Amino acid sequence: MTTTAGDRLVAYDELLTRYEPVIGLETHVELGTASKMFCGCATTFGAEPNTQTCPVCLGLPGSLPVANAAAIEATVRIGLALGCRIASWCRFARKNYFYPDIPKGFQTSQYDEPLCTAGHLDVEVDGETYRVEIERVHLEEDTGKNLHVGGATGRIHGADHSLVDYNRAGIPLVEIVTRPIPGTGAKAPEVARAYVTELRDILLALGVSEVRMEQGNLRSDVNTSLAPIGDLEWGTRTETKNVNSLRSVERAVRFEMRRQAAVLDAGRRVLQETRHFHEDTGTTSAGRSKEEATDYRYFPEPDLVPISPDPEWVEKLAAALPELPAARRARLRQEWGLSPTEMSWIANAGALGLVDETVAAGATPGDARKWWLGELARRANDAGVELAGLAISPRQVAELTRLVAEGTVNDQLARQALDGVLAGEGDPAQVVQARGLAVMGESDELVAAVEAAIAGAPDVVEKVRGGKVQALGALVGAVMKATRGKADAATVRRMLEQRVL
Amino acid sequence: MSAPTTELTGRTADELARLLSAGEVAAADVTRAYLDRIAAEDGDLGAYLHVDPEAAQAQAAEVDSARAAGTGLGPLAGVPVALKDVVVTEGVPTTSGSRILEGWRPPYDATVAARLKAARTVLLGKTNMDEFAMGSSTENSAYRPTRNPWDPARIPGGSSGGSSAAVAGGLAPWAIGTDTGGSIRQPAALTGLVGHKPTYGSVSRYGLIAFSSSLDQAGPMARTVLDAAVLHEAIGGYDPCDSTSIDAPLPVLAESARRGATGDLSGVRIGVVRELGGEGHAEGYEPGVLARVAEAVALLEGLGAEVREVSCPAFDLALAAYYLIAPSEASSNLARFDGVRYGLRVGDDGERDLDEVMALTRERGFGPEVKRRIVLGTYALSSGYYEAYYGQAQKVRTLISHDFAEAFGSSAAGGPAGGGRDADGGTGGVDVLVSPTTPTVAFPLGARVDDPIAMYAADLCTLPASLAGVPAISVPCGLSDGLPVGLQIMAPALADDRCYRVAAALEAAQDDARGARFLDQLAARTGAEAR
Repeated sequence: MTTTAGDRLVAYDELLTRYEPVIGLETHVELGTASKMFCGCATTFGAEPNTQTCPVCLGLPGSLPVANAAAIEATVRIGLALGCRIASWCRFARKNYFYPDIPKGFQTSQYDEPLCTAGHLDVEVDGETYRVEIERVHLEEDTGKNLHVGGATGRIHGADHSLVDYNRAGIPLVEIVTRPIPGTGAKAPEVARAYVTELRDILLALGVSEVRMEQGNLRSDVNTSLAPIGDLEWGTRTETKNVNSLRSVERAVRFEMRRQAAVLDAGRRVLQETRHFHEDTGTTSAGRSKEEATDYRYFPEPDLVPISPDPEWVEKLAAALPELPAARRARLRQEWGLSPTEMSWIANAGALGLVDETVAAGATPGDARKWWLGELARRANDAGVELAGLAISPRQVAELTRLVAEGTVNDQLARQALDGVLAGEGDPAQVVQARGLAVMGESDELVAAVEAAIAGAPDVVEKVRGGKVQALGALVGAVMKATRGKADAATVRRMLEQRVL
Repeated sequence: MSAPTTELTGRTADELARLLSAGEVAAADVTRAYLDRIAAEDGDLGAYLHVDPEAAQAQAAEVDSARAAGTGLGPLAGVPVALKDVVVTEGVPTTSGSRILEGWRPPYDATVAARLKAARTVLLGKTNMDEFAMGSSTENSAYRPTRNPWDPARIPGGSSGGSSAAVAGGLAPWAIGTDTGGSIRQPAALTGLVGHKPTYGSVSRYGLIAFSSSLDQAGPMARTVLDAAVLHEAIGGYDPCDSTSIDAPLPVLAESARRGATGDLSGVRIGVVRELGGEGHAEGYEPGVLARVAEAVALLEGLGAEVREVSCPAFDLALAAYYLIAPSEASSNLARFDGVRYGLRVGDDGERDLDEVMALTRERGFGPEVKRRIVLGTYALSSGYYEAYYGQAQKVRTLISHDFAEAFGSSAAGGPAGGGRDADGGTGGVDVLVSPTTPTVAFPLGARVDDPIAMYAADLCTLPASLAGVPAISVPCGLSDGLPVGLQIMAPALADDRCYRVAAALEAAQDDARGARFLDQLAARTGAEAR
């Protein structure tokens, strides 16, 4: 029996009246080191298949790994940023299983001796703080990529043959595992998203990864379980694998909660299994069952010497950490005079850095926030990309706000200028120039339009003069129409009043 | 066989090196002499899996031209060498004795192979071995058995039996072997060679097809102690490609061998390990082996060494611990042979799925002993059994290391008679430990193939040094029933020089008494037979 039968879902608000969620996240981050974890191969994304390989990352007989010191340093810095304890001595371990994308027949990982343990990360949702406990941060190597050719699904079943690209095999991968997170209630999906967002911002601040989610630099396995409200025991969890956008993290939790509620309502039990998330439908489907756990036969990797970070070195790394997002938020919130809730909106939209850079480029905090969370957020959403993925820079947004503030364009024209920037037509001022979007001053053209409107509607003029001042609106509309929106409505109104009243 | 050929192939590698350096012989002549012997003898002996005469002759010719052109050449330029087929060689077939790698030509050189290439030695060929170095007789080779030059009905030891047979039989002046639980020392002992397992981490493992990563070490197999030391110096030392490589200079080895050959061992303290053939522990040891070892110890005492018996109780557990640790690591190391990237692939007919193709490939590609050890290791690492087997075995390993540390006492800090004596007058430790290398002389082919436990017992004496990572050498110490017996000399980690010094002293004293080198006895015998 599978739990997907019919995918009946319970309405979100309804399930919250009966069930409480517990979530947990395992996040994999590809480090941005120049070379791979255990060999000197390059890590450039998008290279021709199997061109960034050598005997070591291909697992050729006789080859041996040598640990990348930069990757160890990056992992320790991540651990420090998350308030973890850094192990004074730990080892790599072999995780043994057969699959074509792991060239050695085992993945070199860490098992019971992770590099970093017992940290935490506070995240804010709607002004409330949730503490996420970090169980461990460990270092491992990425696998190769399988490409299944032929067949309808792109999955292995039904494929004619399969190809393997080992360029990704051996890229350093950091796994960050939370403890189970109870007590988030209705906010569970948003807490999950806020956690990954905050983590991503930390990784960016540390400069250890490019964190391009669309390239798979950061992928989260999202654990979700439900239990009846008041139950002492947590429910059975599912693990939705490789969720690779912030929005999907939130959707995956929400969907699993609704699906599991339906399963529990029907008196059935939730199966412990991995699930796949489908971006297009926002649903999950059953993957591998974990009821019978795979035995990975972990044992300490004999080809690598233990890692024993020098405490003085760790202290130096701790002292040299950059300003982390939470501290930066607190500082900027003060500088910008925002409430915690307003600040968390910016952060959760992934817009903090963008707003900050926009302010740095000359915009007022209020304008920068308004544009990024308003018009730009709407366009990112329409295009299905992250804010940072829009084809506009903070400097260009700042320029746009300046053009509005100076009265060169009004809000409506500014949106048209934005269209031009996003279409690659240049900076806002260039677009305004090229498209002729500048607001008309009291030019001859505008005077002519105003006088034409008065002359063209003597009845309206009569009404206004007779005391029905609101009828002036029709004249304003006529002028705006005649100037195709390029006039400033307040200016037009003033000019009309001067001439009619 | 022509006389000059016999003359060249009868030389030690050190002598050949001198003749070549002095321009008295050409590398081409030396190489041709060996290739001739291989062509004549190896059909019966089975020492080699791969020989490329043209490539060898080309390498030799290059050395000769370089020398003629006055190019500066290292001292070993032009000396031929054989490599155990576990050593990865660029463009040269490398099988590790297994069908699963048949036809594989590696795209890179092992560090050991690269260093020998850089020294301009001439690669004669790749030598036979037990499949993936698992075995003590070379009968587990997937290709063919190798015979013992002392008696073709007997095994040459294993797993480096191709290397031992090649060197003892005059088909190579010296060779590289690898030793995981005794695979250099045991075949050296059974064929009358000197074989040394270096300190773990002192010779790079990069490019050795892994059997058991925490135990594997490459080392020299040679006709004399000096040759072994010279070859060890050529391959040893730090390698950044091997994370377990020790970043320290090698001790001076060839010089220690020369010093030892002067015959003075005064002040050297030797411990005879009771648990390895001593009182109450002699079961399974042939009396002839114990007698030769006792004579050798007496000879060392006569050279000035202080001798006493030492007890290392944990050594009794070495065999059990080894046969958990080595198969466990092997089960993981051999997982990469899945038919996906190189070597054999079976059943890829478009119908069978991935798991079936992997299973069929491994079913067909691995021999029975390899499968036995993979199954054993997989079981030992399984969840629920790990602590009871692998975990316990690691604890035994620690106990064995403690026994060594206790036996060596504070002497680990200095060389033999090097001033490292402890304050309480030396009762705390010995400089080296000795034992038989093997409990018996070479056994007949087929005698133990159906009895794995009896086969495993051939490594009884060599396992403790492997588990502790300390250096150990086997040096010939006489004949029993006309077959060679080896004395094992073990030293503290990084004190490989002590092994060479003591072994060289014994070798010199025995050669003096005999009036000939040990292997001359074999040459004389085969010569007599030929007549």
